[in-house]
Amino acid sequence: MRYIPNTDADREAMLQAIGRSSLEELFSDIPQAVRASFRPLDLPARSELEVVEAAQGLARANRYGDYVSFLGGGVYDHYVPSVVGQVASRSEFYTAYTPYQPEVSQGTLTAMFEFQTMIAELFGMEIANASMYDGATALAEAVLMADRVGRKGKVAVSRALFPHLRRVVSTYAWAVGIELVEVPCGADGRTDLSALSQGVSALVLQTPNAFGVIEDLSGVKERLGEALLVVSANPIACALLEPPGAFGADIVVGEGQPLGLSPSFGGPLLGLFASREAYLRQMPGRLVSRTLDAAGQTGYVLAAQTREQHIRREKATSNICTNAALCALSATVYMASLGAEGLRHLALLNWERAHDLAAKIATFPGYSLAFKAPFFNEVTVRMPGDAERTRLRLKEAGFLVGSSKPLAALGVPNALRFAVTEKRTPEEIDRLVLALGGAR
Amino acid sequence: MRTIFEVERSGSSDAGLVPLPRSAGADGLPPSLARKRALRIPSLSEPELVRHYTWLSTLNFGVDSGFYPLGSCTMKYNPKVNEDLARLPAFAGAHPEADADLVQGTLAFLFEMTRLLREMAGMAEVTLQPAAGAHGELTGMFLVKRYFEEQGETKRTRILLPDSAHGTNPSSAAIAGFSVSQLPSGRDGMVDLAALRGALDETVAAIMLTVPNTLGLFEERILEVTQAVHKAGALSYFDGANLNAYVGRARPGDMGADVFHFNLHKTLSTPHGGGGPGAGPVAVSEPLVEFLPAPRIVKESSGLRLDWNLPRSIGSVHSFYGNVGVALKAYAYLLALGDAGLREVSGNAVLNANYLQERLKRTFRLPYDRLCKHEFVLSGEGIAEGVTTLDIAKRLIDYGVHPPTVYFPLIVHEALMIEPTESESKGTLDRFAGAMETIAAEAKRSPELLHDAPQKAPVRRLDQTRAARQPVLTHPFKERGA
Amino acid sequence: MGYPTQFRYTKDHEWVSLEGERAKVGITDHAQKELGDIVFVELPRVGTRLKKGETLGSVESVKAVSDIYAPVSGEVVEVNRGLESAPETANRDPHGAGWLVVLKMADPSEAKGLLDAAAYERSLQG
Repeated sequence: MRYIPNTDADREAMLQAIGRSSLEELFSDIPQAVRASFRPLDLPARSELEVVEAAQGLARANRYGDYVSFLGGGVYDHYVPSVVGQVASRSEFYTAYTPYQPEVSQGTLTAMFEFQTMIAELFGMEIANASMYDGATALAEAVLMADRVGRKGKVAVSRALFPHLRRVVSTYAWAVGIELVEVPCGADGRTDLSALSQGVSALVLQTPNAFGVIEDLSGVKERLGEALLVVSANPIACALLEPPGAFGADIVVGEGQPLGLSPSFGGPLLGLFASREAYLRQMPGRLVSRTLDAAGQTGYVLAAQTREQHIRREKATSNICTNAALCALSATVYMASLGAEGLRHLALLNWERAHDLAAKIATFPGYSLAFKAPFFNEVTVRMPGDAERTRLRLKEAGFLVGSSKPLAALGVPNALRFAVTEKRTPEEIDRLVLALGGAR
Repeated sequence: MRTIFEVERSGSSDAGLVPLPRSAGADGLPPSLARKRALRIPSLSEPELVRHYTWLSTLNFGVDSGFYPLGSCTMKYNPKVNEDLARLPAFAGAHPEADADLVQGTLAFLFEMTRLLREMAGMAEVTLQPAAGAHGELTGMFLVKRYFEEQGETKRTRILLPDSAHGTNPSSAAIAGFSVSQLPSGRDGMVDLAALRGALDETVAAIMLTVPNTLGLFEERILEVTQAVHKAGALSYFDGANLNAYVGRARPGDMGADVFHFNLHKTLSTPHGGGGPGAGPVAVSEPLVEFLPAPRIVKESSGLRLDWNLPRSIGSVHSFYGNVGVALKAYAYLLALGDAGLREVSGNAVLNANYLQERLKRTFRLPYDRLCKHEFVLSGEGIAEGVTTLDIAKRLIDYGVHPPTVYFPLIVHEALMIEPTESESKGTLDRFAGAMETIAAEAKRSPELLHDAPQKAPVRRLDQTRAARQPVLTHPFKERGA
Repeated sequence: MGYPTQFRYTKDHEWVSLEGERAKVGITDHAQKELGDIVFVELPRVGTRLKKGETLGSVESVKAVSDIYAPVSGEVVEVNRGLESAPETANRDPHGAGWLVVLKMADPSEAKGLLDAAAYERSLQG
């Protein structure tokens, strides 16, 4: 087997050295009844060429690449510069383990420190961790953390969350015994905070929200009393918009996929998690700190590990161990490759393109933006007739748009949401609009 | 250690982006919502960027750099073809909300992977959603909780676990709302059946076991253990971190497991990435199948699609369907190995571990001197006065080896947990054993060599106390004019 | 460092200094040595009522956490705030400036069950 270096001669010598006569003898400690019940997979071994052929056969059965995508909902089609993949492919990075031996892991640790800094910057927060699995579990862990701080057993959650965020938060909340209270949306497409529940540990908002609408966070924190403000934010939007931290958010989470990761049919993703420094001891996830070595040189180590499972065990703030470190590295290189100006430029392009599409569609009779409030990247459009049929006609014309059903479930029937990134050229937008005109 | 924030900048980036059609301004964005403070993220030219990250990579030690015998982590070789396959645009570019007819290739391999893992586990069904082993444990605990809720068995609030358990086990149980009771291991390092029987009552929901355990020892009485657990009306959770010990030769379902998690980034060769992304698929026995997370992939005459109509499901534990890109690498690995290859994996892994154990026990204390599986635990105690396992570990760095797992499991003082894996040669093992013996001799003769170690790494020993007392978690920018 | 004979001790390596109704509690020199560099001390709120044996807080080093158990039942009337900014005091002067809390005892007779210095030192040998 090509991934196993030892030869038969090596194995012979080793068996002799330990006084055994066969490999099978080494498994005599597994009960005979168990060994006898074993069934193989009926899988032949394959050469590398055969593996590649099998995979390429599967790849050919994916026709997604034939379409122009206006799909969004937390995962977006952004351009990833080649430099990101090249750096993340360096085997010193990707074949390394968690940096428990910091002296031989300064590459990973320094990059994670950069990542923490950049995410804290984007979100306008004091500290950020070295990643969670994805935006949904990051939000779920934020809800758990907020309730550890607030101890009310109840958390208010905006209705305008992406369905996948709500699903995961609900599952975690059920398991832990936290009651979730839904906060409705107003006619403007924003969460209606006029009747906020009392006695909650936190309020959870998403911005831009499930309609693409930017939530106005001004004054929200001040009205919450003791409750924490937890916000799930799009990181690219934060390069253009005032970030949640500036409005006093206590915990900010998000999905980092837009920062240089392929969609990969939904995983691996990248959970972002930032908070006030005061809550450091309640934070889940890995934290990297700057320190000094024995010669007085600057270096980086894992910090506050006593929050974590390997020390705190059942009293840990979270059970998370392996997270999304390599994805965080990719995101760091991506953000560094754009820089502050590039990120702002990118966000502006996304703003422009989505607004261009919105303006053109709104000229069709019967079509209107569902909400007047400002939006970023994604726009929800009401249309005459069956929106799902319109979506299928667009698909026939080569354009992919998200299903109308989640929007209907959120109280906006006969609507579609279009995500427009910098990869959607003006020509593609015009062709979509043309197709929409034809699909009416 | 320079960060990107400290690199002197001469060029700037055009970010490779298309220029804006008119002067930059987000028309329609109210000033109150516009970002006030500029981001303090540097703009570098591409060469400067690449220099910085290439240099950082040289400070790292990966499996490709050298021997990495981290116990219970299975640092085996990561096949390169799997990296290329996961990057194929047809797989990497697919949006999770694409219609099923556009992603039949991806759905096909996910469906097949689910089947293969099910068969490897010898259990009824598998979910690919958990994104890591600990995430799989948490999902498993959620499933156990829901199962007993549905049975009306509200008294079952305790999880039993051995004192050798990995920290994620009790922590996952606690998050799911269970209390945790520790079972002392017997003198032979394995589950004490009498203690187990004494602990089992109608308040126990499940036992969480690692098989083989974290000492590298296979529970020879595993069938009696799971039988006792089932007799008491409880479930058996198996942590599959150590699957490399018996893959291709035995199945957890045949040992009595009701819930089992895989670590694709351990047993199935996907890269660790410096801390992820991993994947922790969970297999369950028949009574738990209906509670598995939604959606599941179903095969119909028209093709494969995602089924969300699962009213008894616990919900979801991941944004979408799990770490698909990671599962693809593991799938390619299984295709390459086949049944024969999987047997060779466990055969060589266990031979390598026993060979090393036999050699090293001449120099180091071996608390459990018997046939081990894919890993074994030594103690650094007694090598020399004032010399700790930590010192030995740091000195190994000077010999070009990544230290083994240290100070775990907790039941061995000054523990050194060594797992060579099957992808290391006899020559590497001999060199490692030689280095360990040399270090043991140095410890007696010139202990300062160990105390001052590492001396050949990019940094000397780092001050963890300082980081813990005064954490600096973000770059301390100097404000302009501040 | 010796173990002050005027203190009482628990097998969990806490010392207790009794003054009438008040019991001052800290960790012993043995405990601080075992823990290594102490980086954080978690203390209860003033006013917390504890039963003997209940967890009153914890002491963290870089690699470990040790729970501290109330040696006697009582109400927390004082906590050593200095440990928040200087946790290393518990290493440097565990029997003096490194004290953790003062409890107002609910049942002073519980103190009889504590070990004296000689008994505690013997337990360390065993």
